Amino acid sequence: MKKQTLKIDSRTDQLVAVRDFVSRAAYASGFDDEEVSKIALAVDEACTNVIKHAYRYDSKRKITITVQDSNGDFEVLIVDTGRQFDPSKIQLPNMKDYLSKYKRGGLGVYLMKSLMDKVEYHIEPGKQNRVRLVKHLPR
Amino acid sequence: MSEFKIAHREASNVSVIELKGYLDAHTAPKLEETFQELLKANRTKIVVNCRDLSYISSAGLGVFMAFIEDVRNRSGDIKLSNMSKKVYNVFDLLGFPLLYEIFDHEAEAIKKFNDKK
Repeated sequence: MKKQTLKIDSRTDQLVAVRDFVSRAAYASGFDDEEVSKIALAVDEACTNVIKHAYRYDSKRKITITVQDSNGDFEVLIVDTGRQFDPSKIQLPNMKDYLSKYKRGGLGVYLMKSLMDKVEYHIEPGKQNRVRLVKHLPR
Repeated sequence: MSEFKIAHREASNVSVIELKGYLDAHTAPKLEETFQELLKANRTKIVVNCRDLSYISSAGLGVFMAFIEDVRNRSGDIKLSNMSKKVYNVFDLLGFPLLYEIFDHEAEAIKKFNDKK
């Protein structure tokens, strides 16, 4: 699969287009329905976080999503130029505790980490935030 | 592009919500409004029929979390039914089946409410 890029406005109504774009690429890389669904959901969660947290619903901002196959991996890169954060401060919820206390929110990162083989954050101060989601290609 | 619909009907003293399409960060506020309206009308026995729900993200799951405590405190419940395997897998990944009763068929969920009396 060739490297492909989608640039969207930072709006939640763009999430359908993001999922379609990523799903098509994942199918082209040989993933089955179940794996394609997982990848599309993980990318939706990453973009939703950008829209909500990095851009705080400023719909004039842009998000760039790039997909490619490389070295046996299917890789999705989500880039924004919004608010920065310290990835080391992300706390994954303890789900048992979470459910028993009827908490809300914070599930996106948990899902991304459960659905993908690798989730990495690269923050370039004053420039951009990158989330890299990786799934090993099917053999 | 917003492929999401909510239908609401009353069946045997239970409010049945039918979801259709994509429940994501864009469409979740619509479900939130529906739950708010039900609570305002004191309808707390709720079955969410997911037969035509093709997709759910954490934004959708968050709506269920936001209302469950309030609904249960008022002697009601949110029960779910007719979920596709794909949607169930997302609930399952987060351990939601521990917190919510999920039935194969809507009628079973309604019966559970009415058996309790």
